[in-house]
Amino acid sequence: MNPAGDIAKQQAHLVVVATLLMLIIVVPVMVLIAVFAFKYRAGANARYEPEWHHSTQLELVIWSAPLLIIIALGSLTWVTTHLLDPFRPLDRIKEGQPVKAGTKPLEIEVVALDWKWLFIYPEQGVASINEVALPVDRPVHFSITASSVMNSFYIPAVAGQIYAMPGMTTQLNAVVNKAGSYNGFSANYSGAGFSHMHFTALGLAGGDFDKWVANAKSASDKLDAETYLKVEQPSGVEATDPVRHFANVQGGLFDRIVNLCVTPGKMCVNQMMALDAKGGVGKAGTFNMAQLTYDKDGRPKVTPIVPGKQAELDKAFVRALCDPAAKVAGPVLPAGQQSSTPEKAHAKQELSLLAPARSTHS
Amino acid sequence: MLIEPSTHSHWTPLLGRLGLDALPTEPIVMITFVGVALGGIALVAALTYFKLWGYLWKEWFTSVDHKKIGVMYMVLGLVMFLRGFADALMIRSQQALAFNGSDGYLNSHHFDQVFTAHGVIMIFFVAMPFVTGLMNYVVPLQIGARDVSFPFLNNFSFWMTVGGAVLVMASLFIGEFARTGWLAYPPLSELAYSPDVGVDYYIWSLQVAGVGTTLSGVNLIATILKLRAPGMKLMRMPVFTWTALVTNILIVAVFPVLTVVLALLGLDRTIHTNFFTNDFGGSPMLYVNLIWIWGHPEVYILILPIFGVFSEITATFCGKRLFGYTSMVYATAVIGILSYLVWLHHFFTMGSGASVNSFFGITTMVISIPTGAKLFNWLFTMYRGRIRYDLPMMWTVAFMLTFTIGGMTGVMMAVPAADFVLHNSVFLIAHFHNVIIGGVVFGVFAAINYWWPKAFGFKLNVFWGKVQFWCWVVGFWLAFTPLYMLGLMGVTRRMRVFDASYDPLRVYYIVAMLGALLIAAGIGAMLLQFAISIWKREEYKDESGDPWHGRTLEWATSSPPPEYNFAFTPVIHDLDAWADMKKAGVPRPVSGFKDIHMPRSTWAGIVLAGMATLTGFALIWQVWWLAIVGLVSIIGTAIFHTFNYDRSYHIHAEHIAEVEAARTAQLAAVANKGAAA
Repeated sequence: MNPAGDIAKQQAHLVVVATLLMLIIVVPVMVLIAVFAFKYRAGANARYEPEWHHSTQLELVIWSAPLLIIIALGSLTWVTTHLLDPFRPLDRIKEGQPVKAGTKPLEIEVVALDWKWLFIYPEQGVASINEVALPVDRPVHFSITASSVMNSFYIPAVAGQIYAMPGMTTQLNAVVNKAGSYNGFSANYSGAGFSHMHFTALGLAGGDFDKWVANAKSASDKLDAETYLKVEQPSGVEATDPVRHFANVQGGLFDRIVNLCVTPGKMCVNQMMALDAKGGVGKAGTFNMAQLTYDKDGRPKVTPIVPGKQAELDKAFVRALCDPAAKVAGPVLPAGQQSSTPEKAHAKQELSLLAPARSTHS
Repeated sequence: MLIEPSTHSHWTPLLGRLGLDALPTEPIVMITFVGVALGGIALVAALTYFKLWGYLWKEWFTSVDHKKIGVMYMVLGLVMFLRGFADALMIRSQQALAFNGSDGYLNSHHFDQVFTAHGVIMIFFVAMPFVTGLMNYVVPLQIGARDVSFPFLNNFSFWMTVGGAVLVMASLFIGEFARTGWLAYPPLSELAYSPDVGVDYYIWSLQVAGVGTTLSGVNLIATILKLRAPGMKLMRMPVFTWTALVTNILIVAVFPVLTVVLALLGLDRTIHTNFFTNDFGGSPMLYVNLIWIWGHPEVYILILPIFGVFSEITATFCGKRLFGYTSMVYATAVIGILSYLVWLHHFFTMGSGASVNSFFGITTMVISIPTGAKLFNWLFTMYRGRIRYDLPMMWTVAFMLTFTIGGMTGVMMAVPAADFVLHNSVFLIAHFHNVIIGGVVFGVFAAINYWWPKAFGFKLNVFWGKVQFWCWVVGFWLAFTPLYMLGLMGVTRRMRVFDASYDPLRVYYIVAMLGALLIAAGIGAMLLQFAISIWKREEYKDESGDPWHGRTLEWATSSPPPEYNFAFTPVIHDLDAWADMKKAGVPRPVSGFKDIHMPRSTWAGIVLAGMATLTGFALIWQVWWLAIVGLVSIIGTAIFHTFNYDRSYHIHAEHIAEVEAARTAQLAAVANKGAAA
């Protein structure tokens, strides 16, 4: 309730307005309880009417007074829920300052890991652990996912929370209006290191954001699939993981995280969905089981990437047949089954048009 | 092989996953283990020494008398309450200690089990047994029945609930409990992230207890609909019975959902299906929806009968008919229906669209209308009444004031955009403790003080009752006001340690800790109240059977009531049947008694539930042969029991005449004493 961002400010305001609306009825009720409890105590000899038990006028009042409050609050709810929907692009930076037409929000991809936060800046090509830099007064669009279990992405000073869930993306639009350093954390219990799953949200004014990016670019670490898989391993049980920066982020990494296929040789969920959407590949689909399995039999382990092994791994599943970019020869389907039906042939062609990542937004 | 043990632990055909490493290693648990073991041995020794086993077995464990089963539910609730509260104290003290770089005294492995167990125990094994116990004891008496519709089923339901509680308690010493939070959201509760037995304990304890709860719901619905005394139309039922009816309909409608969702999670964990996994199209969001489709009605299952309790108490102690009986009944029914339409408000933050969130936000607010109407009805029952402040009424006023605040903070969180700020914060914790302690717990204490004289024939000590009252009311606000404030500052729940940025907030946690200690004193006062009252039971004796000038039928019979409840089934002419009978001067029948047909005690309930518990234990540890033996035994025993044709007996008219003559003499003595005074 100490907002530094416009969304958080509006939400705090809403909490206050809702409370005041309810106090209109709650205060008189509590006063009446106290008054009646005292006035009609046994020793007081106040008026006593043991058979009085009905009054149509009173019934009307006691049903309609709360109804009126709820109509007011319900209208407020309908409007604010739509205006402050985290998926909705911002239309103002702060009160009296609308977002200029054509402004593109800063894209930040957020991954909740066990037990730290990874922030990827796709446009800048940098990434960081447990620190997110936000330029002051510029709309930010977060795409949020998780690698293993549910978390909730929350920077109280900037905006309300939204769940981070594996295999899915949620979104949050927000803006920070004041330079400063704010506390961010997971607001949904996620296991042993949950208490340490903190990060710092930096509101950076003027050129400070560019300096932050430049600084990240000078970091010695790069974020490719191999590094990600190491970073993704559980850590942060004893204390919050230190801030880290990555200079160079492999393109499309976030999509592979969402589709549970960062590990080389894994089939992406959206590839499978694209195949299924085209009617599937029949019995041959069983060959994909191992390549699709992410964590059902246990937490994913780091598989060392051996140079040249990638092609071998790719060969292992149907994608290799269909994806011209894979350029891997060699049959995957059992002999005799390669002459696929027209539908399957069609599926091959369409595979490059991957289905979009699953989103929870309806 | 499809059914294979978890890859994370050793498995042998004989013992499944069970091994010596299942025994506790954490010092706190070991000390508790030794303490409980010694206490248990002492208890068993004492029962043996005083030769009480036969008495307990014959008079209590195998009894199908709804009154005794009701009392046993209350005892179960009380025992589990002490365990659940010990967990609460551990949470509060850990959070007060773990500042300034201190790690507190609980590691995450232990702390995460503690808060999970606290929630599970308090809801399933404290609040549910208390509420079910009250309904079991009071409803048949209020409707003039001799027992529930299915007395054997009632005994079986109780023991299944005990079975679930036993499994939760066993997890403390053999293996571990879930580290997932009380609703065990996947993927965290899936095999990948909870490979140990904790979640299996969670699943099977709730499955075993859930069978009991569902069957008890069926039983009470049948009882209320079929066994009412002649003349008691639905709109002449006492309000408590009405709330019990709606609650049991809710139970029967939603507990199967819980059973199914836990079964699916169990399949994921045991035979590697993918209902809620990240893999193969599994949907954790589906689990969250399903569990709250059970979970939200569940809170009304708990609070509705308590609303009934307060309605009875308010009318009785204001010496007045309840204001707006009809609107009270409709409010109860409306709450029951609406409680199905709000579940999504528990996860606005999961990313549903604005219209979906708005819909569920508004339905949630709509529930506050009938709830508000109830509050007004109690208020206007007090209006122009003559309020006697005995303990039950004190709890009622405290409830009205406390619950109003809890209701308000609930509606605050029903506004989705506000919930994005407050969700999962300690504000939420403060809110639901405000309604559950301020509502259900205060209500249970009111009910215990109110109906204790009926159950045992003597009143409870007033002084210690008042100590308990003030400790609880003050302790509650001391413990939870800081949490409301912390929540508004954005502090989230289930934190084990606090890093340096939290240092200024430590004082709030210390105050909350003091509040919890005051509540502990309140619990101590309650236990003392029970002990002193039992010790001085002659002094506190109530022979009238109607110590509070009650209005409903349970006060028409002696305290404690005879096993057959009423020698003749009463005939009902008005709402508040007993007040009506007193006013009309209906004479108590003293002759013309007939034989009464009663159900006979049976061993089958406790034995079947024991087998079910053992089967649950075998499934948790994946001891497949034992699980199969257990299941076969349950089916075999149930079939065997169907051949028992000796299920009832008659209480002879002569015996009834004797009992009733003694009662007549007792009432005459009371009247004489009253006249002399």
